[in-house]
Amino acid sequence: MIDLQLPEKFEEFADARKNGFLKVKEIKENGGKVAGIFCTFTPLEILDAAGITPVGLCGMSDETILDAEADLPKNLCPLIKSSYGFAITEKCPYTYFSDIIVGETTCDGKKKMYELLGEIKDTHILQLPQGIDRDYASKVWKKELYRFIETLENKFGVKITDEKLRDAAALRNKQRKLYCELFELGKLDPPAIKGFDMYKVIEGAGFSFDVEESCNKLRELIDSTKKAYDEGNRPVDKDAKRILVTGCPLGGVLDKVVNTIETSGGAVVCLENCGGIKPNRRMIDENTDDIVGAISDRYLGIGCSVMTPNFKRLELLPELLQEFRIDGVMEVILQACHTYNIEKYAVKKLVNDNGTPYISVETDYSKSDLGQMKTRVSAFIEML
Amino acid sequence: MDTANSIKEKLTQAGPGYTDSKYVATGYGRVSVPYADKMISEITCHGKGAAYLFEAKDCTVIDIGGQDTKIITMANGQVVDFIMNDKCSAGTGRFLEIMANTLGVSLPEMFDLASTGSGISISSMCTVFAESEVISLIGSGQPKQNIAYGVVESIINKVVSLCGRHATSDTNFYLTGGLCESDYIIESLSKKLGSTVFSSPLGRYAGAVGAALLAKSL
Repeated sequence: MIDLQLPEKFEEFADARKNGFLKVKEIKENGGKVAGIFCTFTPLEILDAAGITPVGLCGMSDETILDAEADLPKNLCPLIKSSYGFAITEKCPYTYFSDIIVGETTCDGKKKMYELLGEIKDTHILQLPQGIDRDYASKVWKKELYRFIETLENKFGVKITDEKLRDAAALRNKQRKLYCELFELGKLDPPAIKGFDMYKVIEGAGFSFDVEESCNKLRELIDSTKKAYDEGNRPVDKDAKRILVTGCPLGGVLDKVVNTIETSGGAVVCLENCGGIKPNRRMIDENTDDIVGAISDRYLGIGCSVMTPNFKRLELLPELLQEFRIDGVMEVILQACHTYNIEKYAVKKLVNDNGTPYISVETDYSKSDLGQMKTRVSAFIEML
Repeated sequence: MDTANSIKEKLTQAGPGYTDSKYVATGYGRVSVPYADKMISEITCHGKGAAYLFEAKDCTVIDIGGQDTKIITMANGQVVDFIMNDKCSAGTGRFLEIMANTLGVSLPEMFDLASTGSGISISSMCTVFAESEVISLIGSGQPKQNIAYGVVESIINKVVSLCGRHATSDTNFYLTGGLCESDYIIESLSKKLGSTVFSSPLGRYAGAVGAALLAKSL
């Protein structure tokens, strides 16, 4: 058995956190490997094929932000500060036990944070190209994936075959199709599930170490939710305004944003953010000869604001507005996220031109602006 | 809660007509009014109130509030769009209060000073940094009226840039809230917007008037 050390401050942690550490420790003691990831651009199938479990390390609370600000500037995105803070304080079991951390050249803040993180953890950065409409962009990205495969093979002494990649793609496709089926519940009128719960389900699945098992649970949950709905169970008021949430990752502000909407007369029926529909509608052609190419194409087409031009996002939004019969769009900007903050200009125009009201709210991981948030959200919903 | 109860007490003293009517609570304290029949945000209330007070169904309402600055677009008497300051307090009434405090004058005094000043611009977008900028200016011996001018200019610019992001050019502007009694603010806003800003001393009650109108239809 492998001998693993717990963090020095382990005994000071609350029970839930201790349990998290012990759970990951056990997995690792049984020979499991963990890769810490930050972004929907990380090619999960490659990690799956290598037998390495991917776990999201995006910080979701302000608990470690002060610690992070010892090294990082104050006016930086809270997600980056929180994630880095959890790494240096050894408070996150997944970061602590990660065998490798995988990042991409996405936003400036993350890129430079990864450099600092690289000093304390083994870090692999995938160079994500811009200009995805240029023919060499996909070639660059595919080469990056091959380089990533090679790195993992050398580090972990594994062989990542096409066959394993194909199996992994099939399984991830299955999981993504289930996510999409879950999102479909938001299309019902009234929706069969609250946006808050929908997000929690996806978030929970991300921390499952067994994809097959998480698929089974998703299947059960979708079926039981549909059944309850057919039997007349209505978790959302029929007069609630149908809101699409877009913008920055929501994990750290879920309660402040999504819950506030859903307690102010709104229903979040569609989450376009990176934990939601944006990446999960994109499947991989698992039967193609060039499986690495298929994986590469799937990820390169994710419409995140770190991309320029970012037409994929602007193509997806109008489709969603129509499919989910959206009454209003709320864009969430995490403080100091320049890419989403600037792109909101184009998004507002697009949404308004579609005849749909739009509001953007800027926030961070603190509780201090809950009043401001409630005022903006209430006023927006009153207006619809 | 104390404030809400003391308001109720005053209404009770004012006569029976007030106690058996409907109550709409608005503003940041709207959640602390136990006897409210409905809570409505101040954006909706200010919009409704301004449309009523100024008899303007299609217009743009500017409110420089204590915590939030809001620009509200009204069409046919309804709020159809609004924009507010970001998370920080730059560009809000709170900014003006802090700066007046730093200068050791009241708000009306600061506006009077500003009207005779010139030549200074406050470059910091953050209230905290702007405050230290003002302290440096005081330290460097700048006349108070020039610093006051810079402070007011800074907020006017912020409001105008919010309007630019939001309002259409052929709209009429109405100022509501606590600053509507300041001729200097109204003048400066009009100049920078390139369009007359209308207001009246009653504008400070626009939120309450709007809430009352909305209570009437409950």
